[in-house]
Amino acid sequence: MSSVAVIDYGMGNLHSIAKALQFVSPESTILVSADPDTIRHADRVVFPGVGAIRDCMEHLKHLNLIEVIQNVSKKKPFLGICLGLQALLESSRESGEVECLGLFRGSVVRFENSLGADGSPLKIPHMGWNAVLQTRAHPLWSGIPQNSRFYFVHSYHAETTDRACIAATADYPGPFTCALARDNLFAVQFHPEKSQTMGLKLLRNFSVWDGRS
Amino acid sequence: MSLAKRIIPCLDVDHGRVVKGVKFVDIRDAGNPVEVARRYDREGADEITFLDITASSEDRQTMVSVVEQVAGQVFIPLTVGGGIRNLEDIRRMLNAGADKVGINTAAVSDPDFVRRAAERFGSQCIVVAIDAKRTGNGSEALHWEIFTHGGRRGTGLDALEWAKKMVDYGAGEILLTSMDRDGTREGFDLELTRAVSEAVSVPVIASGGVGNLDHLADGIIQGKADAVLAASIFHFAEYSIEDAKRCLLSKGIEVRLA
Repeated sequence: MSSVAVIDYGMGNLHSIAKALQFVSPESTILVSADPDTIRHADRVVFPGVGAIRDCMEHLKHLNLIEVIQNVSKKKPFLGICLGLQALLESSRESGEVECLGLFRGSVVRFENSLGADGSPLKIPHMGWNAVLQTRAHPLWSGIPQNSRFYFVHSYHAETTDRACIAATADYPGPFTCALARDNLFAVQFHPEKSQTMGLKLLRNFSVWDGRS
Repeated sequence: MSLAKRIIPCLDVDHGRVVKGVKFVDIRDAGNPVEVARRYDREGADEITFLDITASSEDRQTMVSVVEQVAGQVFIPLTVGGGIRNLEDIRRMLNAGADKVGINTAAVSDPDFVRRAAERFGSQCIVVAIDAKRTGNGSEALHWEIFTHGGRRGTGLDALEWAKKMVDYGAGEILLTSMDRDGTREGFDLELTRAVSEAVSVPVIASGGVGNLDHLADGIIQGKADAVLAASIFHFAEYSIEDAKRCLLSKGIEVRLA
């Protein structure tokens, strides 16, 4: 029986992601945990999170999870979601400059105030269902058509200089990176656990992924 | 392709049953909330909002259990409003599986509650619900006042000023209901919707008065709403969510087709 650890570090409600993983993978054991050993021994790791990046990094430090994440992110199938994508970059410009985990080169920036498609000011947060353009093939995109819509809610987004790691973009109003992938790492800005059929499909793909891309 | 406009069915829940009142009276039974939510999900609802209209706090546990059951089967965003008065109420609903909570009366009696809630749980899950009613005799500039307690109590607060203040305090979204239109099936108060939508930087959900599918499109095109909320037109199967999406699509509005 395989296990999935959902890292519980006090950043938001993890019930949704745990319920969705259990729904798509009844054969897996879902462990919502902050315990380094539990995370280290799981077959797969999900790194979720909503809220402020500064709190996120402080909680990770406080719970001694930084080294664990650095470690498991080198070998196990690893899925970052929302803040769990942003924290993988080198730094974030949310509330000043916050140093992050540095697994992908680049930083996290706010959507700029600009005009949306209809000429009115762009609403921030970017909230709702947006079309996701897959920019490379990946096992986690298996069975998910191009431009499928996923649910987003965020005000900051990743800007990576690792162009080859970009796995998808979405438009708001211009294209921004909404998925990153390298080796056993995959991270999405949207919420698969709230994206109905296509989100569940992605989670199902993750639950059987061997970590090779 | 870009961000889709959202259609949000709203379930008014009383003692664990879906009901729909006309101007908050004359309540009709519309079914089991878990079954209704599953149907909306299948039809392509973009989110679901539950409004707990149960008066007594002992019945609040019923709502928690409804949310838990829905969240185990329906994987789209869920919002719960009604009776959210303190941080513990929010925590309990989020733990049950809600993604956002709607705060209405408690925000008026203590605006700082919104700030504390946004700091603790993040703006993304704080929806400030505003019930607004037109005031004045029509000869002056348009003006709307905030009402609380299900539309029974005036506050003297100006709706536009209040919406801006709530966004400053950390609201991630505004759920705007016209008390003049709620339950009338005459369509949204489009002037109100547009005024608020243009005044704030966060998404605005238009609510109150939907009687047909054209009203939904009007809320988006003329009212500039980011999302539209309706209850009765969906409950009694007059229209499905899919009908609504096809109608919006035919008017050039981007929607998510399930």
